[in-house]
Amino acid sequence: MIEISKKKSVLKLENLTIKFGGLTAVDSFNGYLNEGELVGLIGPNGAGKTTIFNMITGIYKPTFGNVIFNNIDITGMKPHVITHLGVARTFQNIRLFSEMTVLENVLVGEHSWLTNFAAQKVLYKHNPKVYRRPKWKPWFWSAVLKTPDYLKMEREMRDHALELLKAVDLERYANLKASALPYGPQRKLEIARALATKPMLLLLDEPAAGMNPQETQELLEFIENIRKRFSLTILLIEHDMKFVMGICERIYVLDYGKIIAHGLPKEIQNNKKVIEAYLGDEVYV
Amino acid sequence: MSTSNLIQDLINGTLLGGLYALIAVGYTMVYGILRLINFAHGDILMMGVYFSFYFIAALTMPWWLGFIVGIVGAGVLGFMVERIAYRPLRSAPRISSLITAIGMSFFLESLAVVVFGGIPKSFNLYPTFFSKILIIGHTRIQVLTFFILAVTFLLMFVLIWLLYKTKIGIAMRAISVDIPTTSLMGANVDNIIGLTFIIGSMLAATSGIMWAMRYPQVQPYMGFVPGLKAFIAAVIGGIGSVPGALVGGFLLGMVEILIVGFFPNLAGYRDAFAYVILIVLLMFRPSGIFKVYSEQKV
Amino acid sequence: MKRVSVKMNFILTTILVIGSGFFLLFANNSFGDYWSRIITLIAIYAIMAVSYTLVNGVTGIFSLGHAGFIAVGAYTAALLTLPIHQKAMSFFIQPLIWPLNSIQMGFLPATIIGGIVAAFFAFIVGYPSLRLTGDYFAIATLAFAEIIRIVIQNSYSITNGALGLKGIPSYTTIWWSWGWLLVTIVVIGSLKFSSYGRALRALSEDTVAARAMGINVFRHQLMAFVVSGFFAGIGGALYAHWLTTIDPRPTSLGIMLTFYVLIMIVLGGLGSISGAVLGAIFFAIAAQWLRIVESPMNLFGLKIPGIPGMSMLIFATVFILIMLFWRRGIMGKRELSWQLFYNFFLKEAGDRN
Ligand SMILES: Nc1ncnc2c1ncn2[C@@H]1O[C@H](COP(=O)(O)OP(=O)(O)OP(=O)(O)O)[C@@H](O)[C@H]1O
Ligand SMILES: [Mg+2]
Repeated sequence: MIEISKKKSVLKLENLTIKFGGLTAVDSFNGYLNEGELVGLIGPNGAGKTTIFNMITGIYKPTFGNVIFNNIDITGMKPHVITHLGVARTFQNIRLFSEMTVLENVLVGEHSWLTNFAAQKVLYKHNPKVYRRPKWKPWFWSAVLKTPDYLKMEREMRDHALELLKAVDLERYANLKASALPYGPQRKLEIARALATKPMLLLLDEPAAGMNPQETQELLEFIENIRKRFSLTILLIEHDMKFVMGICERIYVLDYGKIIAHGLPKEIQNNKKVIEAYLGDEVYV
Repeated sequence: MSTSNLIQDLINGTLLGGLYALIAVGYTMVYGILRLINFAHGDILMMGVYFSFYFIAALTMPWWLGFIVGIVGAGVLGFMVERIAYRPLRSAPRISSLITAIGMSFFLESLAVVVFGGIPKSFNLYPTFFSKILIIGHTRIQVLTFFILAVTFLLMFVLIWLLYKTKIGIAMRAISVDIPTTSLMGANVDNIIGLTFIIGSMLAATSGIMWAMRYPQVQPYMGFVPGLKAFIAAVIGGIGSVPGALVGGFLLGMVEILIVGFFPNLAGYRDAFAYVILIVLLMFRPSGIFKVYSEQKV
Repeated sequence: MKRVSVKMNFILTTILVIGSGFFLLFANNSFGDYWSRIITLIAIYAIMAVSYTLVNGVTGIFSLGHAGFIAVGAYTAALLTLPIHQKAMSFFIQPLIWPLNSIQMGFLPATIIGGIVAAFFAFIVGYPSLRLTGDYFAIATLAFAEIIRIVIQNSYSITNGALGLKGIPSYTTIWWSWGWLLVTIVVIGSLKFSSYGRALRALSEDTVAARAMGINVFRHQLMAFVVSGFFAGIGGALYAHWLTTIDPRPTSLGIMLTFYVLIMIVLGGLGSISGAVLGAIFFAIAAQWLRIVESPMNLFGLKIPGIPGMSMLIFATVFILIMLFWRRGIMGKRELSWQLFYNFFLKEAGDRN
């Protein structure tokens, strides 16, 4: 049994459904994440896990159902607004800006602090008492004219970016091209870049893919570490069962777009349906 | 507008549309396979017209032989352009091949200026019998018009037969769906792509020659605007689809002629219609009037 | 590796700018009319190229509509500076509408207005077109540019239609053109090396990832497109007052011009501002040099007739060769910097010591 926690709800997915032509990739997914939780989303290839991420982040529009983030209905909002509201993600097939340096990659994430007006409006409309009145600043002109307040902002962004790089232990590569990094550090850089948008909810899509056991172990500690340090709520997709069982507090299991199980790692491990779903996949639990 | 004018316009619209349609086939097939807007397509057409012009005028070939040689020449040229300029860039970013295609277009145009001269030449190399005018009811129609319409429709039927009934045609259509799978099935991708360019270029050259007969002129830039419009016709019909390109060509030709027919004031803007149609279409139905839009997969 | 300090950078750049100023002064006074005009043209081309590379290189969206905005800037500014009696004389098919027929203003305000109107057109064109991607965007912008050209060709009471505008005062001097080039480079350079420029470079690589990083892709592209349109308009205004006659033929302010500017930025390296300037310099000088092959020659007593169109053929050939074998161009995506200069020429000497 899962204890109903009294903590604040960060994410609620209600009957989330998406159809591509005839294929229902995700079928009435219901789920939630509370503040500070680390939840796993697993399932065989093509189950619809990444598609759920794409719907949460606004890249796909659900055919049906809602995404509630921090009690705000963000269904159908533009991806950049959702990011500004506090949802950040990484990609299954790393999508760094490979022509840019490591530092610049993180700075791109920082850029959202100049352009989050739309998100401010959403928040203010949601609760005028808590959130401040949206204030639009002509940052673009400031940036071109290099006004003092822009230069100050740029310095702050740089400091914060370097701090993040330090946190993920990539500081010494700051001026290297992102594509020059080995695979493992690239994954870490993607996380750092996501953190630059100062998220509350972090979505990790197969962060351990392609890593050896030792790297995976390190990643495990690393995720725990950033979760505490940046007070994150994390939803992660992963195929590596050891990893998932070792780190997640709760797990959703998806097969053919439907939830087939939900519970604590231990419960999932012994769930018949889950074992069946995975048998064809040659991943043994 | 009187009925006889309307009939006249409908015939002209069909004629112009057929010419667009023949050019559009090359665009749509190449785009279907390579996702490349072959900007040079219209200029290959122009080269084909010049070839036949010189074969007839300078080498005193009979007109029909000159036409055929010109058309074959355009096919060879189309093949060479693909081989030299596009094939090496097949794995490069798509925009690189687009830029190269634009360069190729200007290359062929300036080549024509250098080799054939920049001054328009009169293209009345066909028998006078074509210029005879038949009067049917109140409508006056040139024999040439019938000839062009007949050739256009004949070629379309041959093309459809080729694409849907022959092995090579089926391979061509398969490849536009999925190159890797088709090559797995044993088809030689390079050869099929080469053949696509040859067929497309020959059809365009045929259209160009008939164009030159109708508006009896040949000049180095004659291919650019018809080429662009034929591309628009291909977009109208849903780029990648050959029947779509044919329909799109006829629609575009008809629209151009009829708008001017009904609103003679707009004659100066005639060339703009196609562009406006293109923009409106791209905004609201980017995959043409027949197909449905497919989302990008992340 | 030694890094060139910010202060050093600033000093060297200032010296370079002042030095170039003196060079231009010298050129203006002693190179004669012909070469002064060419040097003026170089800066006009460079303005067009730098503004074009902001869109096609930095932002990574491929527009083919640049000549449209250049034409808008050219016509707007020319209509504002043309002497009133000249307007009355030129517009004999249909008179020029009010208030254009009674306005005559200075070069600077006319140029700026030309830029603003071009920027406005860029907004109108970009807003719908930027919903498209890749080659669809390219073809839509080409279509818009052609529509602009055809409308110019037919609006006799505003643009004098196919007759074009004649007798435009030849205001564009070395100072105006190089001065505006400096402004263009400073503004677009400052944009490229700001947070916004990083966002543009990011979205040019991967729009999906850029969106996930909180970048409003459409807004940023539109902003780059409008800035580019503004400077294209400035370039057009200067060009009109350099040519002194303009008309809407495809070979003057149409697709041909877009192609010329495209050659410049591809040669210089798509996305590089300094590359665009170098490309413009090469193009302008090569175009002059190639005039030789187009005019009759007397080689060792052998009379060779000029070959018209030859220069264009050579440009097109070189262009294709660049695309096939040297796609990064002179600069690639990099910029000319003192650091690059230092690494290239001085590092080896430094290493040996
Ligand atoms: N844009 C799209 N158009 C059509 N089908 C899609 C699209 N995106 C995803 N799908 C389909 O939806 C299903 C779920 O895909 P998804 O990428 O979410 O799987 P996944 O669970 O992440 O699998 P994996 O473990 O392989 O990453 C697949 O069948 C996929 O082909
Ligand atoms: Mg996935």
